[in-house]
Amino acid sequence: MARNILVVGELAGGQPTSTTLELLGGAAGLAGGGNVSVTLLGTGATAAAAACAGASTAYASDDAAYDTFRGEQWLAAIGTALDQATPDVILIAQSTAGREIGPRLAHRRGTAVAMDCVSIADEGGAIKATRPAYGGNAVATYSFATSPAVATVRAKSFEPGSGAGPTSTVALPGAGESRVTVTGREQVVAAGLQLQDAPVVVSGGRGMGSADGFQVIEALADAIGKDKTAVGASRAAVDLGWYPPSQQVGLTGKVVTPNLYFAVAISGASQHMAGCSGSKVLVAINRDADANIFSFAKYGIVGDYKTVVPAIIAELKK
Amino acid sequence: MHIVVCAKQIPDPETPPSAFRIDAASNKVVPAQGIAPVLSQFDGIAAEAALRIKEANAGSKVTVISLGADSAAAAIKQVLAMGADEGVLLNDPAFEDGDSYTTAKTLAAAIKKLGDVDAVFCGRQAADWDMGQVGLLIGEEMGWPVAIIAKGVTSGGAGLQIQRVMEDGFETVETALPAVVTVSNEFGEPRYPKLPQIMAAAKKTVTQWKAGDLGLDASEVGAAGSRLKLEKLSTPPKGGAVELMPGDTPEEQAAALVAKLRADKIL
Repeated sequence: MARNILVVGELAGGQPTSTTLELLGGAAGLAGGGNVSVTLLGTGATAAAAACAGASTAYASDDAAYDTFRGEQWLAAIGTALDQATPDVILIAQSTAGREIGPRLAHRRGTAVAMDCVSIADEGGAIKATRPAYGGNAVATYSFATSPAVATVRAKSFEPGSGAGPTSTVALPGAGESRVTVTGREQVVAAGLQLQDAPVVVSGGRGMGSADGFQVIEALADAIGKDKTAVGASRAAVDLGWYPPSQQVGLTGKVVTPNLYFAVAISGASQHMAGCSGSKVLVAINRDADANIFSFAKYGIVGDYKTVVPAIIAELKK
Repeated sequence: MHIVVCAKQIPDPETPPSAFRIDAASNKVVPAQGIAPVLSQFDGIAAEAALRIKEANAGSKVTVISLGADSAAAAIKQVLAMGADEGVLLNDPAFEDGDSYTTAKTLAAAIKKLGDVDAVFCGRQAADWDMGQVGLLIGEEMGWPVAIIAKGVTSGGAGLQIQRVMEDGFETVETALPAVVTVSNEFGEPRYPKLPQIMAAAKKTVTQWKAGDLGLDASEVGAAGSRLKLEKLSTPPKGGAVELMPGDTPEEQAAALVAKLRADKIL
């Protein structure tokens, strides 16, 4: 069945984000010969369209006012693209922007959105959206009574698209009014590799006991290799002020799907597992042999991280 | 200032996974035996944010609204005990099994009926379905601006100043009133009511409104009015058993682990 699909793209450093490229890959699989289009807003948008493999049309505005996300401005621009692209399905990243765009766009179009989906599939001609619920204790699959079907999608849910970029680019209007004004911005990002991009993630939890405990976690990350390892933290550790919120892994933080995930002194609450259960191999290090984390782990060490982690570092350096 | 706090009663998210059950026939979570439902944690934090603004602005009022069955009155009483002034329970069989859209539509109808509301505070998401939509949809229903995932909210000047949590840091935004704000866990812990406050809240009357009181037809709320249809709710497959690393010392266990990871070509 041929469907038109629109991807709400996002830019980072003038390039489409990795999730944008993944959504385009997912869109190609669902389109069945229909048109795939993408919206891009902000500095470098028109040039970045070329990198959008799998899209036939790009809707872009280079207006730098879009670089700072304001929902109302983005909604107006995306609305212009929707009028022309007439999509049956709209795919949006589960990002800071997507969390706001999804519900508001769906409401303005008289339809519904499924948030934080991990799979969008065609089942007998109908679009079905699947997402975790109850903190990862349940999986829910939805259908849509209204059209277009709108979904925000987790990073790494689809493979990136392939093939040629858009053959046409339509200019979107510059940013309009916003009732919410941005008065300040503070970037808090750990140096080096970003959490979502890292093949290895080493995370610490409440059992670290103090902010100082994270020095051991960072040392483990260094021993594995700074070029492929990022440091994360559970919500408990972040709420205690031991590590910055930007590094939080979990339902209300970042969702990571690395090849290797070290959960150090993390109990394995469902809210944390929602952020890391897609890891290929999960290693748990915990003093409590009954900790929930061991039911998700492939490999485990029951012991105090203060002795276990330095031993792993020493072993890696051999 | 009159602030409405939207509060939802949910199954306790701390319910151990072993006690978590789904009834496949009805696609519903079976309430765990002996574990009482709770106020969704983020809604308690939203109430805390609203109460701090009330305390900083003399003559302010906080009304807590919940959409739910009779039992949801407990969630309302909890926010009343924290210091909210009035409680409204939207309780009608017609409201059952709705989606985010019908929930927001119903809550917005109640906010319109109250009439003099300056701001609506919601949790960033309900800790059961985790959709994170209702605050935004109330904003759309009311035609009001929305700021989501706040770690700080103050009132002053032309309206509200909101510190938002972003993927890569924080952002401060300003909006005129009326407006909707959703509050995140980074805001901090909600206050614990003391016994006299709990006793006083227990004596307060909770107003109950049905669909008809809100000018809503049964066909546009609950399951009948929903746009998103839950087809299937199930428990995800569990991973295999963990392989614990052998050894009597951390060094031996570490050596076993590193050998495993290298053999798997993960390291």
